[in-house]
Amino acid sequence: MAEGIAAASRSVGTAKAAVALTDVVVSFRVAVGSYTAVDRATLSVGDGEFVAIVGPTGCGKSTLLNIAAGLLAPAAGSVNIFGSPLTALNRQAGYLFQADALFPWKTAIDNVAIGLETAGTPSEEARTRAQDWLTRVGLGGFADRYPHMLSGGQRKRVGLAQVLIRDPKILLMDEPFGPLDAQTRQIMGNLLLDLWTADRKAVLFVTHDLEEAIALSDRVVIMSAGPAARIIGDWRIPLTRPRDISEVKLDPAFHELHRDIWHKLKTEVVKGYAQAEVA
Amino acid sequence: MSRLSLLALQILVAIAAVALWYVLTTYPVFGKILLPPFFFSNPVDVAKQIHVWFATGVIWKHLWVTLIESILAFVIGSIGGVLVGFWFARQPRTAAVFDPYVKAVNALPRVVLAPIFTLWLGLGIWSKVALGVTLVFFIVFFNVYQGVKEVSPTVLANARMLGMNERQLMRHVYWPSALSWMFSSLHTSVGFAVVGAVVGEYLGAAAGLGYLIQQAEGVFDVAGVFAGMFVLAAFVLVIDMIVTVVEKRLLVWRPATAEARP
Repeated sequence: MAEGIAAASRSVGTAKAAVALTDVVVSFRVAVGSYTAVDRATLSVGDGEFVAIVGPTGCGKSTLLNIAAGLLAPAAGSVNIFGSPLTALNRQAGYLFQADALFPWKTAIDNVAIGLETAGTPSEEARTRAQDWLTRVGLGGFADRYPHMLSGGQRKRVGLAQVLIRDPKILLMDEPFGPLDAQTRQIMGNLLLDLWTADRKAVLFVTHDLEEAIALSDRVVIMSAGPAARIIGDWRIPLTRPRDISEVKLDPAFHELHRDIWHKLKTEVVKGYAQAEVA
Repeated sequence: MSRLSLLALQILVAIAAVALWYVLTTYPVFGKILLPPFFFSNPVDVAKQIHVWFATGVIWKHLWVTLIESILAFVIGSIGGVLVGFWFARQPRTAAVFDPYVKAVNALPRVVLAPIFTLWLGLGIWSKVALGVTLVFFIVFFNVYQGVKEVSPTVLANARMLGMNERQLMRHVYWPSALSWMFSSLHTSVGFAVVGAVVGEYLGAAAGLGYLIQQAEGVFDVAGVFAGMFVLAAFVLVIDMIVTVVEKRLLVWRPATAEARP
């Protein structure tokens, strides 16, 4: 009997979402009153699930990530990480930023090793493991380069290694491949999928590129245009895995999904433009 | 342009300038010497004077004194600037309270402090060091303050997400950022350390390059004044070259475009 309860509670435990946002409201104080960026957003990402958030520019997608990371506190609503409420920085999450976030004064290997060193790993061991990670992201020979000596794509690879070496349970990604050219994006997307398949983490991936979102994820969530952006759609992506980004885009199912979701997204994009012009 | 031809052209400029100086101070143009040697001396006398200084070895003592004063002013001013810069940048309230006073002291022409320092610290090296410190301190202070304030918010957020605590943030983020700003102003601050030392010596001292120039000027020895200026210029050039080498080593991580910043 006692065993049964324990088993039941364990199953509930594993069913708990990695990230659960409930009725989250985000508002910023501005010169006159306050500006509501996100209005009552509810979203959950299961353990090992890859969820993409797509929405027009300026709709508060990144804000939602910052909430999940604990970098920002919501004005209302609750944030739960594996079932427990988030009150400070989210220690179980790794965050890949949109802008360059590498330490420019550290070499590639030191940039990757630092995440372990902060956790108290001896420097020697941290560097060995950092070298392994650089090799995994295809930069084994670039350990001693400073970020400014690397290309945009290479910097993103270092960033990926920097985050993944800490083995976070949750991966938050904010348009990580945004500034890259189309080919590099595809290569980076495949690299990300490879790494993710090897060790399934919960991923929350923000992008404005619907094709990228469908190709990568298990679920695509659509946000409306801001201010007071809301989540207005949630699609399951039943495409088979493992996927290759360039191949999956040729799949008829991909096109059907794309048509469906784009139909919904298009009206929001138009609305977003209209609001931008008024402002 | 190749390095060699550039060097050749640079040397040519010096030769032309010295030749022009020599001709105008020695040969009359339309029956009149344009640069009277009493006011402008001439290259031969100046060269002789410099030769005498080095041959007799008098100059080493003065160079040594000026060098020591400059180094002390640079080191003390930099340490003070780094500490206060860090402190103010991390404590905005303190910075706000002291802001008008910092601005007021910085606006003060430092030369007027020289007599006070001489009064307080005597004619020895320390009054010159103090003058140099007041110059170096503010340059380093403003740069470190800026460096700590202007850490990219993304890099900072990334550091926190990577699990850094306050101490680690200091070591891995704020400190390198502040240092990079400080090093980017290394030429200026080292230059000001020398200026402080020489001006201090000029206004009252018993040794140093500034003292040498002031002594020559006191007896209308124009050749001595020019000789002192040339030695001083060479001294500053050598120091600047050393700074350039140090800077290159310390800022390897900087992209080349950032080095071009004035």
